[in-house]
Amino acid sequence: MKAEKQYIDIFTLYEDTICRLSAEPLNTPRAKAFADFKHLGFPTRKDEKYKYTDIRSLFEPDYGLNLNRLDIPVNPYEVFKCDVPNMSTALHFIVNDVFYNKVPAASSMHLPQGVIVGSLKETAKENPQIVKPFYAKLANTANDAITAINTMFAQDGLFIYVPDNTIIEKPIQIINILRSDVNFMANRRILIIMGENARAQLLLCDHAMDNVNFLATQVSEIYVGRGATLHLYELEETHTSSVRLANCHVWQEENSNVLLNGITLHNGTTRNTTQVTLNGPHAELGFYGMAIADKNQHVDNNTFVDHAASDCTSNELFKYVLDEHATGAFAGLALVRPGAQHTHSQQTNRNLCATREARMWTQPQLEIYADDVKCSHGATVGQLDENALFYMRTRGISEREARLLLMFAFVNEVIDHIRMDALKDRLHLLVEKRFRGELNKCQGCAICK
Amino acid sequence: MQSPNQYKNPSTNKGLESSNDFVRKIAEGKYKYGFTTNIHTDIIKQGLSEATIRLISEKKQEPDWLLEFRLKAYRHWLTMDMPTWAHLNIPNIDYQAISYYAAPQKKKAPSSLEEVDPELIKTFNKLGIPLEEQMSLSGMAVDAVMDSISVKTTYKEHLIEKGIIFCSFNEAVQEHPDLVKKYLGSVVSYRDNFFAALNSAVFSDGSFVYIPKGVRCPMELSTYFRINAQGTGQFERTLIVADDESYVSYLEGCTAPMRDENQLHAAIVEIIVHDYAEVKYSTVQNWYPGDIEGKGGVYNFVTKRGNCLGKSSKLSWTQVETGSAITWKYPSCILTGDDASAEFYSVAVTNNHQQADTGTKMIHLGRNTKSTIISKGISAGHSQNAYRGLVRVAPNAEGARNYSQCDSLLLGSQCGAHTFPYMDIHNETAIVEHEATTSKINEDQIFYCNQRGISTEDAIGLIVNGYAKEVLNKLPMEFAVEAQKLLSISLEGSIG
Repeated sequence: MKAEKQYIDIFTLYEDTICRLSAEPLNTPRAKAFADFKHLGFPTRKDEKYKYTDIRSLFEPDYGLNLNRLDIPVNPYEVFKCDVPNMSTALHFIVNDVFYNKVPAASSMHLPQGVIVGSLKETAKENPQIVKPFYAKLANTANDAITAINTMFAQDGLFIYVPDNTIIEKPIQIINILRSDVNFMANRRILIIMGENARAQLLLCDHAMDNVNFLATQVSEIYVGRGATLHLYELEETHTSSVRLANCHVWQEENSNVLLNGITLHNGTTRNTTQVTLNGPHAELGFYGMAIADKNQHVDNNTFVDHAASDCTSNELFKYVLDEHATGAFAGLALVRPGAQHTHSQQTNRNLCATREARMWTQPQLEIYADDVKCSHGATVGQLDENALFYMRTRGISEREARLLLMFAFVNEVIDHIRMDALKDRLHLLVEKRFRGELNKCQGCAICK
Repeated sequence: MQSPNQYKNPSTNKGLESSNDFVRKIAEGKYKYGFTTNIHTDIIKQGLSEATIRLISEKKQEPDWLLEFRLKAYRHWLTMDMPTWAHLNIPNIDYQAISYYAAPQKKKAPSSLEEVDPELIKTFNKLGIPLEEQMSLSGMAVDAVMDSISVKTTYKEHLIEKGIIFCSFNEAVQEHPDLVKKYLGSVVSYRDNFFAALNSAVFSDGSFVYIPKGVRCPMELSTYFRINAQGTGQFERTLIVADDESYVSYLEGCTAPMRDENQLHAAIVEIIVHDYAEVKYSTVQNWYPGDIEGKGGVYNFVTKRGNCLGKSSKLSWTQVETGSAITWKYPSCILTGDDASAEFYSVAVTNNHQQADTGTKMIHLGRNTKSTIISKGISAGHSQNAYRGLVRVAPNAEGARNYSQCDSLLLGSQCGAHTFPYMDIHNETAIVEHEATTSKINEDQIFYCNQRGISTEDAIGLIVNGYAKEVLNKLPMEFAVEAQKLLSISLEGSIG
């Protein structure tokens, strides 16, 4: 219990500091989270849900925590004088787990009236009535230790509120920067509330600036109201000594439409747990993911699509390319609850293993309690098509080039689901660079290279 | 299940049209195998302890090494907990309230049919087990196991000529101790899982098959299991060894009387396949599934595993699962030898309050190993039907190939169909594919049948049989007809 003990001790010692430098709605669930964490302990590979990633060992090392909310010297604009070309976004930064509010309000000025994009802590202080009914409601600390530890320590994060019938035309881009001189642990929190018929696009990028060990936990709670549309793109581009543990909970009401697209280009150890509840009829979910991993990188995606209402549609596609000693895991469960008739659920997971040492686990699952449904899943692990390779070579394309072309084609299926053209083009380029080995290490922002 | 009716009434073999009559007939009678036999049974006291195990061993006059094996298993079992990972709702089982040994009482081992208790012969005749001359006509050799004691192995002399050993497990222990000692527990160790440990400790009998080098077994071997006595569990053990270049097809059938209480069945099947040998193992499982309210029925917790040890060895599992209140069963293959191949074909039907969690494991260790999984689940009523499977490709299993297909059919809105496949791939040359679909019966198809004057009930029978055809075709002839009927019977009353 050594791993748990250090966190229990820190929390017991510094609970006052944590609370003092946060806001009341964030402080309320801490005590329960602490009790739950003490009860649960970190999951190990014996837990079915975490059998492919040993969470406890990730928490064992000693990390620094910025509980006193010290300013970390960074000027994100200097590091990121960039943008996705041809795409104008409202840009915000989160440095470790602190919302960076020294940005001139310029980028927020274009937002329609009533929209809030800002620090979770500040909003919770100013408008607790908006935050309180939603915070820590979807992310239940009783059955997940990562959620529990995040709830215990999280002091700030991102808050987005889009009122009813409001459309944000300009994509919102949030850049998470991990910046520290010592091994560091960041606990971020994201809360997004989409009103009825609201519409927004969001791009979240993860970057690690320094070559120290990072452990970042992130818990996101996303409410999508009736008829609302949300496109959420998450791009991870960190380095081999960073750990990302992200739990995302999405709640969809009637007729809502959500697109989730998670791309892991460069990482150390990543575990994404995503739970989507389709709570109203005719809700639609597009859920796409992609990972390119080599060296000793590890990518684990655990998804759970809960069809709680009738006439909903979910489409899920995950693709992995594993090279060298990389390990990948995908576990996806589609649950159709009693009465959720006319559900259409499709799930596909396709993987390429390039070397003997690369290892892939895949576990697509269906749990169905209604009869008038069409559900399917498929999973494959294999190599590039030898015939296609041969054909290209007969056309004078070198073997290396032919392999690269086929690999692009393989992952581009995921990128093609992106509904922002500029971002799509950018990612095509980044993926190509990645395969060519030109994107070895995140030095500053890879997006602007 | 052995085909009970086909020998007495050959007209039922004609296929579906006659099987529909059969279905109707059966529907009125419900579970037709639910009779008890009035036979003197030697049951030991309920409860499980080292003394029980010593008593079982003593009753069977077993050698010391086997007693030692049982005791080791028992001690290990004490350290284990009942597994909870399956998608099943298993009520608490009181292992002390079960009698672990129930044998039809006998004065001495019968040497000919005349000496077998006539009551027993009547039972088997009722079941359609052709203990007598029909045997040679149908070309099967049957080892009937009642309450886990092998009663009579038929057609044995004929097999002996070929050098084939087909006998009860007890006989094998007495007569071929070297073979048993060599292979017992080599595929399913007593440490394997909770029920394997329990079985290893208390197994009372079973079948043993050894096919010598280069021999093609001229007939299908068959075992027939039946639980008869009240408050007993059945723990049998089957061990099949196919030596180099041999072939055998093995059939297994099971029934139990209707009882309000639940009966426990925890069996182990171990199969060893040597170089270029082939084993086909077919099961039609029709244990009593409980009544319409879900009362009673057999708990079927079975560990079945084969090791394709030799080069180019082949193992094929075919199962039709229609019975049991709870089924927990994963016939698996370890593909050790290079170029070995394995197949798993399964139809699992659940109705009323039945629960099934069944599937397979394919462990690829050798080079160029191939495996195919075809699983068809059909759920109706309030039942829950899950497929659970694992495909593992080890780092050295170059060129491994797997294809899996799991389809589920839902009849009614109260049932559940689930798919839990696991894939663990550790070799870049492997090609592994998995597909699963879930849907209900196409209304257009039913409409079309109705239009042609086929009632909805019959239409569903037709469609389900067509849906399961891929698997049923893999069954030996004798079983295929029976399995088709069973499918229709199991779904009887589920429409509406």
